[in-house]
Amino acid sequence: MSGKETGFHQARWNEPIIYDLTSLGERGILVPAAEAEIRNRVGDVISHIPEGMRRKSAANLPEMGQSRVLQHYLRLAQETLGRDLNIDVGQGTCTMKYNPPINEAFITTPKIADLHPLQDERTVQGVLEIVYRLDKFMREISGLDRFSLQPGGGSHAIYTMASMVRAYFEEKGEKRDEIVTTLFSHPSDAAVPRLKGYKVIIVPAEEDGFVRRSSLEKVVSERTAALFITNPEDTGIFNPHIRQFTDLVHAAGGLCGYDQANANGILGITRAKEAGFDMSFFNLHKTFSSPHGCGGPGSGAIGVTDELAPFLPVPLIGYDEKNDRYFLDYDIDHTIGKVKDYYGVIPAVVRAYAWIMSLGAEGLRQVARVAVLNNNYLLHKMLKIKGVDAPFAPGKHRLEQVRYSWEELAKETGVQTTDIQRRVADFGGHYWMSHEPWVVPQPVTLEPTESYSKIELDTYVSILERIAHEAYEDPDLVKGAPYNSTIDKMDDHSYLDDPEKWAITWRGYQKKYSRYFEPKVDDPEKG
Amino acid sequence: MDKDRTVHPYIPNSVPSVQEEMLAEIGAKDIDELYELIPDELLFRRKLDIPRGYPDEYSLRRYMNGLLAKNTPTSEKLSFLGGGCASHYVPAICDVINSRSEFLTAYAGEPYEDHGRFQALFEYASMLGELVDCDVVSVPTYDGSQAAASALRMACRITGRNTVIIPRSLNPDRASIIRNYCHPQIDVLTVDYDKRSGLLDISDLKQKMSKHVAGIYLENPSFLGVIETNAEEIAGLTHDNGALLVAGVDPISLGVLAPPLQYGADIVCGELQPLGVHIYYGGGRGGFIASADEERIVSQYPTRLFGIVPAVDRAWGFGDVAWERTSFARREDSKEYVGTMAALWGITAGVYLALLGPQGMRDVGQTIMERSTYTAVQLGQIEGVISPALDAPFFQEFVVNLDNARKTAQEMNDMLLERGIYGGIDLSKDFPELGESLLFSVTEVHTKDDIDRLVRSVRQVVEGR
Repeated sequence: MSGKETGFHQARWNEPIIYDLTSLGERGILVPAAEAEIRNRVGDVISHIPEGMRRKSAANLPEMGQSRVLQHYLRLAQETLGRDLNIDVGQGTCTMKYNPPINEAFITTPKIADLHPLQDERTVQGVLEIVYRLDKFMREISGLDRFSLQPGGGSHAIYTMASMVRAYFEEKGEKRDEIVTTLFSHPSDAAVPRLKGYKVIIVPAEEDGFVRRSSLEKVVSERTAALFITNPEDTGIFNPHIRQFTDLVHAAGGLCGYDQANANGILGITRAKEAGFDMSFFNLHKTFSSPHGCGGPGSGAIGVTDELAPFLPVPLIGYDEKNDRYFLDYDIDHTIGKVKDYYGVIPAVVRAYAWIMSLGAEGLRQVARVAVLNNNYLLHKMLKIKGVDAPFAPGKHRLEQVRYSWEELAKETGVQTTDIQRRVADFGGHYWMSHEPWVVPQPVTLEPTESYSKIELDTYVSILERIAHEAYEDPDLVKGAPYNSTIDKMDDHSYLDDPEKWAITWRGYQKKYSRYFEPKVDDPEKG
Repeated sequence: MDKDRTVHPYIPNSVPSVQEEMLAEIGAKDIDELYELIPDELLFRRKLDIPRGYPDEYSLRRYMNGLLAKNTPTSEKLSFLGGGCASHYVPAICDVINSRSEFLTAYAGEPYEDHGRFQALFEYASMLGELVDCDVVSVPTYDGSQAAASALRMACRITGRNTVIIPRSLNPDRASIIRNYCHPQIDVLTVDYDKRSGLLDISDLKQKMSKHVAGIYLENPSFLGVIETNAEEIAGLTHDNGALLVAGVDPISLGVLAPPLQYGADIVCGELQPLGVHIYYGGGRGGFIASADEERIVSQYPTRLFGIVPAVDRAWGFGDVAWERTSFARREDSKEYVGTMAALWGITAGVYLALLGPQGMRDVGQTIMERSTYTAVQLGQIEGVISPALDAPFFQEFVVNLDNARKTAQEMNDMLLERGIYGGIDLSKDFPELGESLLFSVTEVHTKDDIDRLVRSVRQVVEGR
């Protein structure tokens, strides 16, 4: 087998852009027409639209028979490597766990799919009960007192936390203008506070990867509105001083927000409450198994203590015990209002609920324990590969993930982590490096979750082992990858960064180029 | 060791002998040891107070079906609820594509292994771009309300100003989302609407216009269903003041209604749900932002934007345009923030537009207008019922007033429910100035028989039968 052959090849359909599949006059689906009696009664309704508000020419959409539309999208599906098709441990921090198909049955049924958010409460008791009960489960898992399932993702939950922090201090009449976070917290823990008008303070970590209490002490003051911190961090290291951190911030009068987007290693093991947090959130599309959908819809379940509960978004779901009736509760004293349409991403809520009901209390704990077992097993196997290291906390066990570094391999071979990333595609795998900035040089973040067997973990390690070997033997092979993917390497990033060259839609492309990226020279605007 | 435990199907390595093997490799004696970094006082000692669960799939299904049976969906009754979440037909292929494992379970892979995801989202942007007449369309954001809120923040950054104006006739939930998102840096003013027509009150708008105003948000059709016939004049007013016009649209209307750039909008936004996504109790939402390809605007998008790139083998490649804008690249120095939002619904909307094509989008717009107009006219024949209550052209949704029918909106809905009908949205709390009014939504899914049944039922209620 030559170096380019791996035994795998991703689907490579050379599928045209959909506009090149158009065939004038073909139809993909017909729309019901109004009955003749209706038409006779109302006449030419289009002509009733005032001239300036009427569409003059039909939208330039493709014209395709139904079979061709299906074929096109199935080919694009085949050119996408969903979690179900690979050993998805290479997408660290994202908890790419198994998404049981049974849970899809609970949302594709009309009993969920066809519910309108404003239909009478008496007709939606089932879904309200699910939301109510999931809130209760989240309370138990975190130790906090009340949850809202409204946010549409983890970053949206951070946004909800920041909104509540602001409302809380406005209500108290305290002017605090800083939010403190760490470099190993998610980028949104820094970006969102800025959006909500806060100055963002980053506490530096020491060389061993830990943030010291003394470093935090230097930046916490009467200006501190809150600490937003991810724990365990993206390095998979649980911050052992977390309780001292929250005590310190509370002593200065600030609030503490826990980013538990990924709580997969600690379900039933340790909780936000005991760590001293006022707010915390879980991503239902990570820890609680709702599928990631190519990048959403997800869900961020946001929980708070009783003190902050009056600031949660409305509505919450209440239960009237006397009448055995669930209801939408808008009666929340200092609510920040709404952060999302209606009540959140119900499909994710229903799946997460069903997932918990499959596992039960003992199963949840097993999830965390096996996720941590898998991760430490993977760590030990990985460290046997030449050129890779796991910076920070040397000799210590990690929780659910590890951020590795190929610094040594890069120095010795010139092969970068970005090259390895492209090469992993040749083996039918994923490989995610790290959020920016790259504090860990040449990073890759691996998170095996509880979903993969020992054999699968061994297989993933063997792929990286082979690529590392290739890097030492034939670095150009790795640098030229991929060879067995849907497309070859894309070299020229100017097409993404130069406003003269980028094209974000097909019509945008056609204004700038003809055929295959040949710039149009007869652009009248440029003379 | 976790002996004597059920080996759960979702957790292969809960097999005790495998755990032993793995622990030996690690050199640990048990799993507890792996938690060494968690201080003792933070360890949760008792068992979670969560039910035992149903590890066998059949029992889980029985249990869940029992809960779900307590719901009575719109499809089991006759529903005229809309208000930004209308009932539309979802073509079978939309469901087939978005439930494929490849799309459903993918996440954030690279353009090499996830090429299809990138192409599907580029094509979604391309087709939606044709519908809204824009060269730039964002990867989906959380929902139409988030899209509107971000578009207004974009207007502020582009103009360097800090006031925005939203209509009083807006969906109150959307207004709340926008206010919260703009707080604290941006002042949100409200412009009134004309109670007779539902159109924006232009004289009030002139009064509120100032050199601080960055953007005006206009919806077409509005929450109350009316087509904003003065949009061109409003755009002129906005531009004369150096502000931007942000137009919110219902994309399913754009086969018959003009795309907003044609009447002077600078940024277009809207909700994707009508394009092939089920309503899911309000949980099937995705928003889009669109504009011309001008660097001053593109550089202010907070969302991801996918662009087309050449590859070595002359295939179509894709990647992230202007990555440095985003919070993934720049953390606190980014434009707002980006995260997991609603990509799957973008892919679905693309499938929908490809299926309908130019003629289908025109047809669906026409059917909706015909059936909703017919419904409004027929309801208006009932003694005491004013329908449509607003004197302006409308699309899909319209206000029905019951002040002269001696029935409150709530009473009407309760009595329609008894007859198996989910009536209109009760406007009496949020829009008291409209009296006892309901907002009805009629789309391509409502047949003449459905509509006649509604009209008969409303007549019976009004006549006290």
